Amino acid sequence: MRKTLIALFALAALASPASALQPDEILPDPKLESRARDISAGLRCLVCQNQSIDDSDASLARDLRTLVREQLKAGKSDQEIKTFLVDRYGNFVLLKPPFEWDTAALWLSPFALFAIAGFFVWRKSRTRKVEAAPAAPLSAEESEKLKALLDEKA
Amino acid sequence: MIIETGHFALALALALALMQVVLPFWGARARDANLMATARPLALAQFALVALAYGALTWAHVVSDFSLVNVIENSHSTKPMIYKISGVWGNHEGSMLLWALILSLSGAAMAVFARAIPPRLMADATSVQGLLSVAFLLFILLTSNPFARIETPPMEGNDLNPILQDPGLAIHPPLLYLGYVGFSIVFSLAAGALISGRTDAAFARFIRPWTLAAWIFLTLGIAMGSYWAYYTLGWGGFWFWDPVENASLLPWLSGTALLHSASVMEKRDALKVWTIFLAILTFSLSLLGTFLVRSGVLTSVHSFASDPTRGLFILGILVLFIGGALFLFMLRAPTLTGGGLFAPISREGFLVVNNLLLTASCAAVFIGTLYPLALEAWNGSKITVGAPFFNLTFGPLFAPILLLAPLGQLLAWKRADLLGAAQRLWFVAALGLVAVLGFYALQGGPVVAVIGAGVAIYLMTASFVEIWGRVFPQGFRKSANAFGRMAGLPLSAWGSALAHAGLGVTLLGLAATGWGVEKITKVQKGETYQVGPYALQATSIEAAEGPNYREAIVHMTISRDGKEVATFDPSKRFFKTRQMATSQAGIVTLNLGQVYVAVAEQSPDGAFDARMYWKPLVSLIWLGALVMSFGGALSLADRRLRVGVARRAKVVGAVQAAE
Repeated sequence: MRKTLIALFALAALASPASALQPDEILPDPKLESRARDISAGLRCLVCQNQSIDDSDASLARDLRTLVREQLKAGKSDQEIKTFLVDRYGNFVLLKPPFEWDTAALWLSPFALFAIAGFFVWRKSRTRKVEAAPAAPLSAEESEKLKALLDEKA
Repeated sequence: MIIETGHFALALALALALMQVVLPFWGARARDANLMATARPLALAQFALVALAYGALTWAHVVSDFSLVNVIENSHSTKPMIYKISGVWGNHEGSMLLWALILSLSGAAMAVFARAIPPRLMADATSVQGLLSVAFLLFILLTSNPFARIETPPMEGNDLNPILQDPGLAIHPPLLYLGYVGFSIVFSLAAGALISGRTDAAFARFIRPWTLAAWIFLTLGIAMGSYWAYYTLGWGGFWFWDPVENASLLPWLSGTALLHSASVMEKRDALKVWTIFLAILTFSLSLLGTFLVRSGVLTSVHSFASDPTRGLFILGILVLFIGGALFLFMLRAPTLTGGGLFAPISREGFLVVNNLLLTASCAAVFIGTLYPLALEAWNGSKITVGAPFFNLTFGPLFAPILLLAPLGQLLAWKRADLLGAAQRLWFVAALGLVAVLGFYALQGGPVVAVIGAGVAIYLMTASFVEIWGRVFPQGFRKSANAFGRMAGLPLSAWGSALAHAGLGVTLLGLAATGWGVEKITKVQKGETYQVGPYALQATSIEAAEGPNYREAIVHMTISRDGKEVATFDPSKRFFKTRQMATSQAGIVTLNLGQVYVAVAEQSPDGAFDARMYWKPLVSLIWLGALVMSFGGALSLADRRLRVGVARRAKVVGAVQAAE
């Protein structure tokens, strides 16, 4: 059902090219408007690639912006509005994925990789020191060569 | 006839590419110098043939030959000439042909300029480069033929997507592809070195110029793409962390890491295994980017599965080359022994940290880009990974680089004095702090902007401390012969200083976005609007007719303190054929900042909805990329790094070793 909805919205977006946030959408109350902007910046325009509804030209984005502002006028809190939208569209609507079981790997792996790689580099730098301490002994050929060189200098 | 010639040339190029895979490789095994020597003429002939095919397709677009499906779908007889030419790569088939053209250009460039490379390595590398050509030419001929004809040609074409009818599109993809595909040379050389088992410090010298050249193009290509998005999308955003952009950032990050680790391999014979791994990784990420953009997997995993021919083909190429190269790497890596030893606090040690941070931030972008696809394929749940994720992961992993880069430049090879280096930086660090306080006092605003600007000032100045120390080794007062020393500095020293400073310039531009002013309002003729320090007035509104669009132009003047400083004309265009509108933002650069106005719908009373911005210092974002590329170019021009010199240097090295 959600997919058909999205497809319908996509068609609507193609038919009537709207624009990003327009003057007629702006709320008269600057405090409420600034909250609306903050919420909008974190919501994905569902038919676009990673654009927030605030920046998108799609008419679906306009509908969502209006929806957010209507809910704000109705006195709902930021969190209530987000929850409402997530219930309706799923986590897909949030530009910042929530930290849950199936996104834990997403949030943690960049730092885990850095820590693991850093640990290996650190360990290697320690073992290298130990290796570096005794220099490889000269081969018989090399010591002869060295002796010859030293004799030459003397 | 011209079209068929082009099609035939492409098929012939495939045949030559096959020969290029077999003959030099066989020659290297049979130790037959004549067979190995076929590498150069084959690479050149292959390039000539692909160029011929590309020329034929361009010709079809230029003369609007509507018997070609590709021309019908993407062109129109009234389209301006520049977009007829650039429209060739504004679609799937054409852009893949451009990919193949630049791939064969890279092969030809390697054949012509890399004469210092030993014949055996050259033969094996050319063979790998040939195999890449085979894969992509097959892909074009079998799944994406741009020369397909139609039985009954229509009178008119469907026109090119209006968003792509822009000078930005004429420059952005070729630059980006030169970067992407330029790394194929580095990949082929790495694979060749693994096959022939020749990996010494000289290898780093062979790949350095190619890595640098590809890196310069990629830097410019990404910057150009970002500026294009900035002025076309109508609200001044320049980076969205969308998967297509990330696909270009990934090879840039690992290519930057490669540049640094190759310098360790070249000078100290250390980090060999790692450098070769990065050489493979960088082009693998370019291939991955091509897969992501071209297979349709991004729109949805499901749309990819419903028409999988192209996607699966590129996936096959991806698996073959990345898998093959990593398999070779696995076989050979244990036989590569590290050379020079170094203490943790040393130039090498810091370059290791640089590589650690760059690859970790690369991993953050990689995971953020691919995780939603993997998750949807795994349990069907759809999530979005947007800017907030990248700010929280990529940000902290990349930020230390900005602080540590100047410090690393001041450290000596092998074993260094960290305290001494830090002491040489105290002055610029203090300057950065003063800048933080100054920006806070003058601009106030978000903490991130103020701190970012301070770090940017530090990075810009600190990047030159090393040069300062070499020009004035005994302090500023004893400056005798400073000019002589300045001129005597190797170009690569200036290059790396400039490249690092350029990063600082970009950072300053990014930080300054925090001080931007926005006004979203209706614009009436004759009214004046205050945006930041500037007053904007709409003087007149005009309707105009373009070659393939209608246009509504709003003429505006910008004044400051009652004095007019500039005029500009933001407009809205409507393209008839595609029934699409685009907004041509009006942009005026004033003191490195920009006044930006995008107009949208016109209401019945004649007023326009408009978004108006004052973006201080915003042009620095892209100027910084120019500075970075210029630094790269200086480094490339350095005599010691030039390709032909490698041979002489090797002779000297050999003599020294024999002593």
